[in-house]
Order: sequence, then structure tokens, then C-alpha cells
Amino acid sequence: MNTLELTGITMVFNQGGANEVTALDGIDLSVAPGEFISLIGPSGCGKSTLLRLVGDLLSPTSGTAQVNSKTPHQARLDRDYGMVFQSATLLEWRRIAENVELPLEVMGVAKAQREATAREMLELVQLEKFSDHYPWQLSGGMQQRVAIARALSFKPSILLMDEPFGALDEMTRERMQMELLRIWEETNTTIVFVTHSIPEAVFLSTRVVVMSPRPGQISDVIDIDLPQPRVFETREDTRFFELLTKVRESLRKVEGEEPGA
Amino acid sequence: MTSDRLHKYGPAIVLFVGALAVWEGAVRVFDIQGFILPAPSAIAATFASQWSELWPAGLGTFLSALGGLALGSVVAFLASLSAARWTAVRDGAMPLAIAANSTPIIVLAPIANAWFGLLNPFGTIAVVAVLVFFPIMINLVRGLTSAPATQVELMRSYATPSRTVLAKLQMPSALPYLFSAMKVAVALSVIGAIVKEYFGGPQDRLGQYITLKAGLFQFEEAWAAIVLASAFGILLYTVVVALERRVMPWHVSVRSAS
Ligand SMILES: Nc1ncnc2c1ncn2[C@@H]1O[C@H](COP(=O)(O)OP(=O)(O)OP(=O)(O)O)[C@@H](O)[C@H]1O
Ligand SMILES: [Mg+2]
Repeated sequence: MNTLELTGITMVFNQGGANEVTALDGIDLSVAPGEFISLIGPSGCGKSTLLRLVGDLLSPTSGTAQVNSKTPHQARLDRDYGMVFQSATLLEWRRIAENVELPLEVMGVAKAQREATAREMLELVQLEKFSDHYPWQLSGGMQQRVAIARALSFKPSILLMDEPFGALDEMTRERMQMELLRIWEETNTTIVFVTHSIPEAVFLSTRVVVMSPRPGQISDVIDIDLPQPRVFETREDTRFFELLTKVRESLRKVEGEEPGA
Repeated sequence: MTSDRLHKYGPAIVLFVGALAVWEGAVRVFDIQGFILPAPSAIAATFASQWSELWPAGLGTFLSALGGLALGSVVAFLASLSAARWTAVRDGAMPLAIAANSTPIIVLAPIANAWFGLLNPFGTIAVVAVLVFFPIMINLVRGLTSAPATQVELMRSYATPSRTVLAKLQMPSALPYLFSAMKVAVALSVIGAIVKEYFGGPQDRLGQYITLKAGLFQFEEAWAAIVLASAFGILLYTVVVALERRVMPWHVSVRSAS
């Protein structure tokens, strides 16, 4: 049983209108449980749209999606998704720990349990000292780490992450990548991860999905056969560089330009 | 802390005292007649001597303003909840509410007398309630629907029941809107109550007191009543600001002010 099964997904915005956009066209993708999939491709190729379709924040114009053998809608009702967006989307009236507790509160978890979980999650992203601060007192990168802690707090079976590390500095980013991999190994979560960074995609993923724009299609799927677990030295492996080149060339075919510029 | 406060409020105090001094000086130097503009010192003296009559009148007016404020706020809250919940209600009601809000509703005052009877204090409460209803309702609807789409999607991703979205996302987002509406509404409530009383109402109220004294050319008394009305307005405003600081210490307007 696949965690994710997308067949012939097409998404047309403003259908029949003057500004009709075909954001996705004929997307087929299967993701096995515990995979770490990265979506990479030029801006506007439909990565966020695909993620939002999987997460049932949008409904496809045609095609079917199955999540844990359910409709995305049922999966959402079952709280199978943890989402991390491009911006942190913290609630400004809640202190940091209260923001992490938000999903648990919605799901009716008891107070003591919520607080314990929030503490644990904030330790994970190394922000335990900031639990009583308000979001405006944190930098953008710190806020994004809070958003990740929040998404992990209820142990969802699927993590949908849309450029979660885009706002982080290089050092923090590499540390967060290691943390994410550690969490992924420990929790058996399936991750769909959008990024513009080729090294990030190669370092993290089991497979990299390369997408092409206008209309958004999957142009290539590259297996990342680097040994698990990934360690700091993985980035110095010759195979790592070979795979970087492979993804870069695939992207070049797609757009003829470097992504993420 | 104290020097901070002095720094912040100092200019306002200086300006206020300066204006009073200029006023007092002008009245004396140009020998301005009391019925045109009484001197601040004369108003203060009258304020003290008329206190036993002013205070009950002021209190009655103040309570009517408060009653109207409470009634109008509660109805506005309920109306805005349904407008925020149902798009059809919002699309139907909002344009009308915005139109009504830009009409001078206080013109209803004489009509309220016809509805409720000249001496019925509920007439004043009703006028104030209608007056404050529109700004509060309009702002609350805006506030309840002001959460950015990404926050709404976040709640959606947890399959949050709409009631919980209301309590945990929409209502907190509406707080800044509510407080700016309340600042407008408290001022409106005192103005509304007094202007309504100009057109009639119980005799022992500020509005009636002012028209009576002005009719008798006792302008020091009228001015003393105006000072009392202003004090009530400022008191209400201060309460709203204090509440605002307590309730939303996280908001930009509050965190930059403290
Ligand atoms: N709600 C919407 N209404 C209309 N068009 C939309 C909507 N959302 C996305 N689109 C269009 O769909 C296309 C894909 O957008 P999407 O946000 O998925 O791209 P992306 O790959 O995530 O880009 P980026 O890398 O810049 O984040 C774009 O052409 C965009 O303009
Ligand atoms: Mg995107």
C-alpha cells in the first residue's frame, strides 16, 4: 500500500476565465511509506499547488489522489498531515509554546500532555529558551523553526513542507536538515518536501521529482541512492556530486536556466 | 519609568496648561463677556458650587450612555458573528451597515422621543445603542474575516471545527479591530446621550441641564456641565485603552506604546 498515489492529476485555475492557468497537467506519482520525496523545479511550475492538492487545501480539476488509501479529504479529517508553509504563519497573540500547542489544543489533548510535548518539540528545534516569547520577538528563521516544531507536535504520518528552510542561514539550514532526517528516521514519517536548492534535495531525499512549468508536469524522477543514514560527510561523497550534476542537468533541460536564482 | 512617562505625557500637559492660561488671559485682557466665553477659573468655581446638581445629572447621562454602549455592543457582536459566518448575510448587510454608518444617526433623537416618550430614559439608551452599533459591527465583521489565508489553511489542515476556528483564530484576529471601534464608540456614546437629551428626556440629565442653563444665559453652568461630560468621555476612553493593553500585549499598537 502506497502512502501517496496520484493518478492523472490536473489542476486548472479560473477555468474558462480570461486568466485560466493550467498549473498541473497529468501528474502521476506514487510514494511508498517512509519515503522522503523532494519536489524541485522553476518558480511557477506547480510545486506548492501539488502539495496543497495532496493536503486537501485544493481539489484537482481531474485525476485522483489517494493518501493512505483514503481520499485526501478523509486523510485531513484523520489528521494525517503536518504542514509547514513558506512563511511561518505563527499566531501573533500566542506565545511560542502556545503556538506549538495549537494543533494539540484543536485535537483535544490534555493540558499537561500538551505542555510536555511543546517543551520536547522546542528542545528539538533548540528554542526552549523562547517558549514564553511572542512571535514578533523572534527572527524569521527562528519563527520557521517554531512552525516545524508545531507541525511535528502531533506526530502526523505525512509531512508536507513547502520551502521550510528557505529563510534560514546556511549553518542553521544544515543543522535543521540533520534534525529533519533524524526525526524522519525516528518517526517513520513520509515527507514531501519542496525546495529550490539542489544540494538540499539530494542530501535529504530518497527520490527527487523534477518538475517543468507551463503546464506543470513531472519531467524526471531521480533515485538518490546515497547510503542511509545521511551524515555530515555524505556531502563530500563523490556519489553526492554525481547526483547533484544529474539533478542540475535534468533541471537545465526543463527551463534552460538555473533555478532558485 | 516615571521620567519615561514624563517624557511621553509632558508635551500634552504643557500644551493643556498653556491653552488654559491663554484662555484665562484672553478673557481678562479683552474683557470677554461671560455669555460668550467664561474664564476657566469662573467655570471651575461654578463646577464646585453646582456640584450637587451637576453630579446626579451627569451620572444619569453617563449611565444612559453606558447602557446604550452595552446594548449596542452586544447586538453588534451577535450581528457580526452571523455576518462573519454566512457570506450571504455579510454581502447583504455590510453595504447597508456602511451606508447607515455614514448617515448622521443622531438625527433620530427627536423621533426617539415619539417612540419611547419624552421622559423615558430608554429613549436615550436606544439612540446611543443605534449610534454605536454600526461602527462596532462593521469593524468586528472586518476583524473576524481578517485572518490571512495561510492561517485559515493552517487551521484547515488540522481539520479544525468551525467553532474552534472562530474561537482560536477569528476572534483573536478581530481584537485590534474591536478596540479601535470601541475607542470611537465610547466617544459617540457620550455625545449621543447628551445630544439626545437636548431634544428632551428626563429633566435631571446633562443635556437638559445644558439647554436650560444656556437658555437662562447661565453659561458658566453650561460650561461646567460640558467639562463633566468631557470627563466621562475621557474616563471611558481610558478604560478602553487600559483593557486593550491587558488583553493584547502582543499587538503592534500596544507593544510600541509601552
Ligand atoms: N489560487 C490560485 N489562483 C490562480 N492561479 C494560481 C493559484 N495558485 C497558483 N496559481 C498559479 O499556478 C501556477 C503554479 O503555482 P505554484 O504556486 O504551485 O508554483 P510553485 O512551483 O510553488 O512556485 P514557487 O517556486 O515560486 O513557489 C502559477 O502559474 C500560479 O500563478
Ligand atoms: Mg511555491
